[in-house]
Amino acid sequence: MGRRVVVIGGGVAGMEAAGQLARRGCNVTVFEKETETGGHVKNWFHLFPDRKDSRDVLRYLGNKINHNNITLFTGIAVEGIRPSNGSFSVFTGDGNEITADAVVVATGFDLFRSEKKEEYGYGIYENVITSADLERMFRKDQIRMHDGSIPGKIGLVHCVGSRDEKAGNLYCSKLCCVTAVKQAMEIAEHLEDAKVFCFYMDMRMGGAMYEELYREAQENYGIGFIRGKVSEVAQNIDNKLIVKVEDTLTGRPLKMEIDLLVLMAGMEMSEGGKKIAQSAGLDTGENRFFKPADLHFASNESNIKGVFYAGTCTMPMNITEAISHARAAAADVMDYLDKQKN
Amino acid sequence: MIEEGKKRVWSDYQKEIPDDHYFYVRSCIRQSFFPGSEQFFLRFMRDILGKDFFENPSHTTCTGIGYHADVVPFQTIQTVVARHFALMKESGYKNIAISCVTSFGIYTEIIETWKHFPQELEKVREFLYKATGREFDVPENMAHTSDIIYKFRDEIAAKAKNLLINKKTGEPLNIVEHIGCHYAKMFPKYGVGGAEFPRVLSGMIEAWGGKVIDYPERRHCCGFGFRQYLVQANRGYSLSNTIKKFSSMQPYKPDMVLTNCPGCTMLMDKWQYTMKEMENVVYGENGESIPVLTYEELAGLVLGYNPWDLGLQYHMVQSEPLLRKLGIEYDPDDKYKTSDGRQMPIPENMINV
Repeated sequence: MGRRVVVIGGGVAGMEAAGQLARRGCNVTVFEKETETGGHVKNWFHLFPDRKDSRDVLRYLGNKINHNNITLFTGIAVEGIRPSNGSFSVFTGDGNEITADAVVVATGFDLFRSEKKEEYGYGIYENVITSADLERMFRKDQIRMHDGSIPGKIGLVHCVGSRDEKAGNLYCSKLCCVTAVKQAMEIAEHLEDAKVFCFYMDMRMGGAMYEELYREAQENYGIGFIRGKVSEVAQNIDNKLIVKVEDTLTGRPLKMEIDLLVLMAGMEMSEGGKKIAQSAGLDTGENRFFKPADLHFASNESNIKGVFYAGTCTMPMNITEAISHARAAAADVMDYLDKQKN
Repeated sequence: MIEEGKKRVWSDYQKEIPDDHYFYVRSCIRQSFFPGSEQFFLRFMRDILGKDFFENPSHTTCTGIGYHADVVPFQTIQTVVARHFALMKESGYKNIAISCVTSFGIYTEIIETWKHFPQELEKVREFLYKATGREFDVPENMAHTSDIIYKFRDEIAAKAKNLLINKKTGEPLNIVEHIGCHYAKMFPKYGVGGAEFPRVLSGMIEAWGGKVIDYPERRHCCGFGFRQYLVQANRGYSLSNTIKKFSSMQPYKPDMVLTNCPGCTMLMDKWQYTMKEMENVVYGENGESIPVLTYEELAGLVLGYNPWDLGLQYHMVQSEPLLRKLGIEYDPDDKYKTSDGRQMPIPENMINV
């Protein structure tokens, strides 16, 4: 038994897992479907909770996979995995087949397609954007409305495609609340005169330093937090957005005129992940993410021995958690390969 | 506004609308308030397009108004609807064409219930059999009659004598489309274009040369809301909703409102009289109220039918300002004459005359 490992996905978890395995002497092949590694992080500007520049994380991960034991293929997706005589055949979109002794699935997540929440008008009203669109604006240092003017009143809608039966996602994406807080603060920094409002169901600030960030947003940045789910967005004759929401703390319906509305898109199982799950017979959960063998003590193991999971292909998680999960996956792979050898 | 985005939404909500052979069921309200609409629909379908639309005189109300007013229980209305389906089966039809949006919502709700709770269907079969000895099949296809006009909108455009263009300015007319809540808000998949950006009426308006107004309260209820309107003590609430809608559309200077629901047509038409009487407010230009038409009436005008044959004189808000904009010639003396030329009484306090 050799130590050939295929890592599917070159995002945070894939890069970290590949780096860990390479350091331990495995021959690692990484397939990334995009033309660049880095996953969603490369589209983000600053990261919560400490506002670290995302490029710092990418630099760290880039150094990890810059290793002699790693062969990286970008622009190539994996289409399927098949067990074959104690090893695995991994099939790629360009028609090739590669043999591996173990496989790490790190296919990450897709952002919820916000246009599916039709009532918010993403893709129809020009000034309705997503959290990812806003990050691109941060990077360019230009928060602008569609006509190029500076927005005065900005709304951030939490839970877009999360905790939403109608959208088919009952789970919480965990990171949208803190993303909204971070983005609201960054907007306030970029646009001194802007009024910023967050429309939330519950503030789920469950990570280290998240709650502190939320407090800072209220005390030092004057961000308005309105507890209520946006029910409908329309546009008036002056091209301003009209947002309807019920303020559940005052028990009154609100109708607000907003210049720019940012939708906090949730996290979903990636399309690439779904394909692999189907072709390889890997179990998925009710939330459609890959289902770990056990949520408590085998969160990196799959229902197929030798196939492991790393990162957000199993559930929404932040970068810290994805890196830790990837390291744990690497440890499980090493154990597995050692046992196979003996 | 990104039109491509709307087209993407519309493409997600395409329903199958049969080309021919329908069992046609009328609306209680429309026969009374807008009698020309159903008459036009049947004549156009049968005589101009040569389609087969069958009516059974034993068809009754669906009791939807009673159901939404909480006086008709669900099992009762299911059995009434099952009887309609039995009449359809006895007449040899599998496609049903429904003139009323309330009925369309009722039929849809019942069929969906039967899909999810087959035991309900079996109970209703038993109720109907015991009560009438009748048996029924669930329709293979169900279309609202606005779906059918939408399907044939291009045929109507091809035969158009009056496009929806202001003859004086050459500009398209500004038209508000109002979709009945029970058309697609409960089950978006059964409405052309879905519930948020419905296509069924906007598709007609654009095909016939008009411009659709997208205003902030486009999705808002007309104010009918059944109990809001039917319970007299609640009518202030009903009216406040209608005012909200008209205030929201007013800045866009609409030339007319197009609706596909009997309750909406009635309420948006008649409440304009009330709003004028109570607060001396009108929402159209030049001190006029805004004509509210059904899709059949508009199709009839586009095809060059006489406005009085279409029954426009039976509206509270009179349509003369719209007819002038469209350049449609009409004889005011014929407005309240019967088809054999006898003079009918002329209503007082008409709006827009």
